[in-house]
Amino acid sequence: MYAQLVKTDSDRVRGLDEMSAEERAFQERIDRGEKIEPKEWMPEGYRKTLIRQIGQHAHSEIVGQLPEGNWITRAPTLERKAILLAKVQDEAGHGLYLYCAAETLGVSRDELIELLHAGKMKYSSIFNYPTLTWADIGAVGWLVDGAAIMNQVPLQRTSFGPYSRAMIRICKEESFHQRQGYDIMMKMAKGSPAQKAMAQDALNRFWYPALMMFGPSDKDSVHSAQSMAWKIKINTNDELRQKFVDQTVPQAHYLGLTVPDPDLKWNEEKGGYDFSEPDWSEFFDVIAGNGPCNTERLNARVKAWEDGRWFREALVAHADKRAAARIAAE
Amino acid sequence: MATAATPSVNDALVEFLLRTGDNTLILGHRISEWCGHSPVLEEDIALANSALDLIGQTQLWLGLAGEIEGKGRTADNLAYLRDAAEFRNALLVERPNGDFGFTLMRQFLFDAWHFELLTALTQSKDPRIAEIAAKSLKEVSYHIERSADLIVRLGDGTAESHKRMQDALDQLWSYTGELFIGDAYDDVLAEAGIAPHPASLKDKWLAVVSRTLSEATLKIPSSTFMHKGGKRGIHTEHLGFILAEMQFLQRAYPGATW
Ligand SMILES: [Fe+2]
Ligand SMILES: [Fe+2]
Repeated sequence: MYAQLVKTDSDRVRGLDEMSAEERAFQERIDRGEKIEPKEWMPEGYRKTLIRQIGQHAHSEIVGQLPEGNWITRAPTLERKAILLAKVQDEAGHGLYLYCAAETLGVSRDELIELLHAGKMKYSSIFNYPTLTWADIGAVGWLVDGAAIMNQVPLQRTSFGPYSRAMIRICKEESFHQRQGYDIMMKMAKGSPAQKAMAQDALNRFWYPALMMFGPSDKDSVHSAQSMAWKIKINTNDELRQKFVDQTVPQAHYLGLTVPDPDLKWNEEKGGYDFSEPDWSEFFDVIAGNGPCNTERLNARVKAWEDGRWFREALVAHADKRAAARIAAE
Repeated sequence: MATAATPSVNDALVEFLLRTGDNTLILGHRISEWCGHSPVLEEDIALANSALDLIGQTQLWLGLAGEIEGKGRTADNLAYLRDAAEFRNALLVERPNGDFGFTLMRQFLFDAWHFELLTALTQSKDPRIAEIAAKSLKEVSYHIERSADLIVRLGDGTAESHKRMQDALDQLWSYTGELFIGDAYDDVLAEAGIAPHPASLKDKWLAVVSRTLSEATLKIPSSTFMHKGGKRGIHTEHLGFILAEMQFLQRAYPGATW
């Protein structure tokens, strides 16, 4: 999932009887499954939490261009190059929809970007891992877009209208991405021994980071309970992780690849796999800025923004000149 | 001086298709380098879109080149398994990206030429070429509209943007002349009504370019010296690095299917 560890400012979830009349009416609308639109009243905590969550999601789409963009110039065929270009372009588009959704809550895209660059907002931990081989591009599509879909499909039903509509548009494209990623893995897993080894190595490196995308267990988290009450979070992290594992393991078997977890096994009773938890200390290291690529990713974004300042300023200056000329002509 | 024999129409066609497809391939490669690094999200999207168009056009042009050549080479074989001396793109498209203004100026100078070339090619007596040209022209009409608009806004923006755009124009101008120089292959195709003679595109190109640059308050450099060589396979040092990167997987794992 592209939003991890989103805080809510709540210390506990309050009952309807503890709320003001306004809050109660708001919560009852959510409970009835109504959508909240930007102009309507909402609790400050709801608005702030959504800004954090949508902003983090938007940043993830944008930073997510980097690990995949890393292989565009080296894609092995013209068709693969075109597919990857189209995917990375889609991700930029997702960022754009999401920044627009956040703007309806009263925060500009530029403000959010400045917060990201100042290290005050996060993006998904997954994009701090490197793409070292072409198989990683397959693994990212298959596992990372796959995990994103797990999270985003339920979010199509989220309570905030603009976020829900952005998710509906985005989910269609994400499922293409996942299929294309799986197709790359398929070609490699069925290819030469060197290609198959590359595919296995990509799965080995991306499996646990993909599981980390859902965030640590949050069954006891006040923030998650509050977000779920507001329907800006639909499932717990553990539920989504379980669904992801159950969906992905058979796909790995079909590829003839081994999931790097010796304790992975089918549990008939629960109707799902038992699997090992990722190393959460690694996750917290990555979140704290110590992942393999944190510095490069953020520096690349900051550099693009700073190097592009003259460009953005020039477009504004030109528009101002045009406007002044129009007024003078009137 | 020895006079070379007139090339056959077939040979001329293959040569022309390689030139056309190599231009779109190398420029597509260059602008795809910006993915995720451009000044604003909308530009990331727009450049990826242009790169995508150019790579799609490459598949068509090089695909047809391989078919007419008749040696069983596919578009991928041509893109990934030729060395620099066999590439036929103009030097302009292999110039490194520079700043975003430089990239846009290179794009504009190319788009204006590309538009004129494709417009003429829609009238080609070879229906395969006319068809690819018509499809490409739809995309390139948008490219030139976009790049010309940005040239005007940046040329006539701030003092800094004006200077950057003028510097870019000064550095790139000497790479435009090659686009209009014909050779024996071009003569054969022009004679057969298959492709326009490069020189015939010059006036229209210059008219569009001059109009846009003047609206952008930019000055065409007075120097008339022009670099050339790309069409004959004599490139700058940059092409070797582009190919080393682009062809890496195909070279490292010969014969693999991706
Ligand atoms: Fe996305
Ligand atoms: Fe995606």
